[in-house]
Amino acid sequence: MTATANDASTFEAPGLDWRRQIRFSAIGALSCAFIALAGMPVGLDRRSIVYPVLSLGYLSLLWVPFVLASLAGSQVVLEGMGERERDTRDLAAGALVGLGSALGLVGLMILVKNFNLRDPLVNWSPQLLELLSFNRSTTLGMLLWVVLGTTLGLLGGAMHVVPAMVRAKVLTVVLSVLLVSVLQTFLTDLLEGFRLEVFTDFIYYKRGGLEILGALLVAVLAIAIPLLVGGRIKGLRARVQKMPPDERSRTNLVLLGVGAALLLILPFFLGKITNELLANVGLFVLLALGLNIVVGLAGILDLGYVAFFAVGGYTTAVLTSPNSPGFSPELPWPVALIAVVVLTGLVGLFIGAPVIRMRGDYLAIVTLGFGEIIRLLFLSDWLSGWFGGAQGITNIPGVDVGIGTVKGTDPRSVFLLVLIFCGIAIYVSWRLEHSRLGRAWMAIREDEDVAEAMGVNTTSTKLMAFVVGAVLASFSGAIFSAKVGSIFPSSFIMLVSIIILVVVIVGGMGNIAGVIVGAVVLIGVLGGPKQPGLLQELGQFKLLIYGALLVWMMLKRPEGLVPNVRRSRELHQEEFLQDAWLKGEIDEDDEEDPS
Amino acid sequence: MTTTHNAKLTSRVLWVDRFLTLIRITFIVVISVGLLAFIAQQINPQNPFAQWANPDATGLTAPQFKGLLVTGLAQGAMYGLIALGYSMVYGVLGFINFAHGEVFMVGAMSGMITSNKLADAGLWEDAFLLCLLFIVVTSILLSTATAVIMERVAYRPLRGAPRLIPLITSIGVSFFLQNLSVVLLGPGAKSYPTLPSWLSQKRSLVGFQIEGTKLLVLLTAAVSMAGLWFLVERTRTGKAMRAVAEDKEIAALMGIDVNRTIVKTFAVGGAMAGVAGILWGILFRSVIHTTGFLPGIKAFSAAVVGGIGNLGGAMAGGLSLGAAEATAPLVLLEPLGVDGVSQLRDAVAFAVLIFVLLVRPSGLFGERLSEDERA
Repeated sequence: MTATANDASTFEAPGLDWRRQIRFSAIGALSCAFIALAGMPVGLDRRSIVYPVLSLGYLSLLWVPFVLASLAGSQVVLEGMGERERDTRDLAAGALVGLGSALGLVGLMILVKNFNLRDPLVNWSPQLLELLSFNRSTTLGMLLWVVLGTTLGLLGGAMHVVPAMVRAKVLTVVLSVLLVSVLQTFLTDLLEGFRLEVFTDFIYYKRGGLEILGALLVAVLAIAIPLLVGGRIKGLRARVQKMPPDERSRTNLVLLGVGAALLLILPFFLGKITNELLANVGLFVLLALGLNIVVGLAGILDLGYVAFFAVGGYTTAVLTSPNSPGFSPELPWPVALIAVVVLTGLVGLFIGAPVIRMRGDYLAIVTLGFGEIIRLLFLSDWLSGWFGGAQGITNIPGVDVGIGTVKGTDPRSVFLLVLIFCGIAIYVSWRLEHSRLGRAWMAIREDEDVAEAMGVNTTSTKLMAFVVGAVLASFSGAIFSAKVGSIFPSSFIMLVSIIILVVVIVGGMGNIAGVIVGAVVLIGVLGGPKQPGLLQELGQFKLLIYGALLVWMMLKRPEGLVPNVRRSRELHQEEFLQDAWLKGEIDEDDEEDPS
Repeated sequence: MTTTHNAKLTSRVLWVDRFLTLIRITFIVVISVGLLAFIAQQINPQNPFAQWANPDATGLTAPQFKGLLVTGLAQGAMYGLIALGYSMVYGVLGFINFAHGEVFMVGAMSGMITSNKLADAGLWEDAFLLCLLFIVVTSILLSTATAVIMERVAYRPLRGAPRLIPLITSIGVSFFLQNLSVVLLGPGAKSYPTLPSWLSQKRSLVGFQIEGTKLLVLLTAAVSMAGLWFLVERTRTGKAMRAVAEDKEIAALMGIDVNRTIVKTFAVGGAMAGVAGILWGILFRSVIHTTGFLPGIKAFSAAVVGGIGNLGGAMAGGLSLGAAEATAPLVLLEPLGVDGVSQLRDAVAFAVLIFVLLVRPSGLFGERLSEDERA
């Protein structure tokens, strides 16, 4: 972006920047070599995407030339600048980037064949070489990679040359095949619930992945379905938008009700594994909604958010479990929940009060410190008389709701309970966001001094954010301890705080829908800190992907997948001002200082 | 904030302020009672004040206390070296480079690899000092490279973004580097080769029994600190760094290449972290992918304790934090009747950070930041 921004003064479309292409080739080569050495191809080879032609292991390498070639070809079109004419040179550039990426692998193969660096680098193994040479001779493997890389790069470059319609279709097909393949467990389970396993048996290979015929079918459907019903949906949407406001909101309410009802009956058609997975997703949705209030609305970066989750979990455990070492009233869960909410709110106040006056970045580190202190206290021998130290508290009873007990062995009931609490949390967040308090939070997020000057009591407003966030996390903690049935300090490491932060940021800070999408996509597919997701083969690569995703999102799309309009305007203020200036909407005299 | 909001002018004092005062007083009371009880124990373990909270307390003998202090100082010197990187980057860019702890981890890992290779070749025992020099140099190179690449890839595009954005990015970078180490080098702790016996034996020095390794650590830290002081205070590069820390735009107008100076700042911080990584290896002889996390946070605390942006302060903060976390559990908490005090070392380090920020947010030796970074 910076490279093109410098040329903005010429107001002309710049030509193809070959140095950029070469830089991307080098990046591609390095990424390929890194991914191979990280052990992804070997470790993920077990999981097929399309059986038997494409496994997740090969996919972890093959996306590099395609995506990098298409990124290298993209350009930022600034206001007032024409777009460059695309021609065959773009194809050549794409092929070059693809070739570069493949050469990285070829170089690695030569090194692996001739040297042995197995000692520090654990994945420097004959298996890697064998896999990279497609179980044939090394030379043939290298040739194949060059051809594959160049072709994929060419395709990536071609994405900018072909008309937008074709590009959209190709992307839809590729993504839907990937999606259907990744969702295998979920779809199989769902269709089994409706007694339609014939369909999934046809498209899926038994041990993971689509069959070739299945993949073709999915591709055909991905093209056909939008053609058949796309127009009708568009028509419906236009009609809803044309309705008068009160009628439109009524329609929205009906749609929301139908959606909620569908979600509530969904668990009855799902099997154990899928319900368990969705219950975990729900717990993280709760946590993420709470953190969204603190980080997304009030703009306070709380890195010790797991502390409130821990306090909620431990309080429930102490109050309900007969095995609680110190104090064991054995209250029923709903009664304990009231105590949990009150106590976590108090802890929120207690942690919030000292940090609230600190600079934003000091606050982040100090909350992180508080999170660790709380975990260390739960772990310590000093307080083991109450919390059991490293042994934790076991034998936590489930939630007795009259018609049955909600506990971990019955994931369906847990999922239903989580759904109800998610509903409460969503309603609370939604109402708060549009209340006086919510507007005060957003004012503080944008500029604390100005908010104070406008009469917002910044201290108590920020404390409120802490308390509301803490209470939402404590719901999650209470359900978590009833679900698992035992509780240990090791469930509340800092990793959990970071993963919740990633969920909120990837989904979209300050946007309820975004946060839910983030939790469903990340926790559902990749998995939580200890909970496996749909791609459970990812295992140790999960956290690496989380880290990379966080950096990439912050650099390229800080507003998240589903952005909050106001937040994204704050984040791109400079670009908005630039565009406005180029369009001549701002006079040069009263141009604001963009920083 | 304090200048615009004067508590005396507004008639009502917020309850938060009262609560904060209460916390400050509690902190000070706990510290003084613990200290007094400790002193009482030292005078006579049988006196009632010493036995008031913890009847089993025995106090510490002088050699025990000195041993704890030396251990704490050696670790503190290491924290100080890492803290320099935090402090310099905060001074220049005004954000916490959360991933700096991981630069330190990279240094420790590279030392582990090279020292094991050297031990395999049979050079480690015979030419130890040469080997040490070699692993320090490679570790400096690798961690400097990590820091510079990190700046180029993750932080430079975000210059001028809202304050918290680079902080969140650095958390991502830290997470990424940690897990990169897991997938490249494998999970699990890896150990350094055994040190030669002449190094690890104890020697007595001005009344202290110091293990050779700890002496080596303290010496190395002192030499690095002196080198850094010379670089920052006596060379043109150092002058440029100070100018950029003061005001980037004016520095640029004065003909200083701001980008290059920032890269140099990251490089110097990375080099110090690399040295600290080797010191960690010598002290503990074991390294794992999470090695960088706690020392990183503690080093940041050290930088805050010493006053962020203040290089001498960072080192002094590191030494005092190291000494505090080594001695405080036994000196303050044991007399108060807390069980299993050694488990609470890390909690003590965090409590020191919170205490300093509550009582003296600008650190013990005063921070050196430009106006807009103080906001």
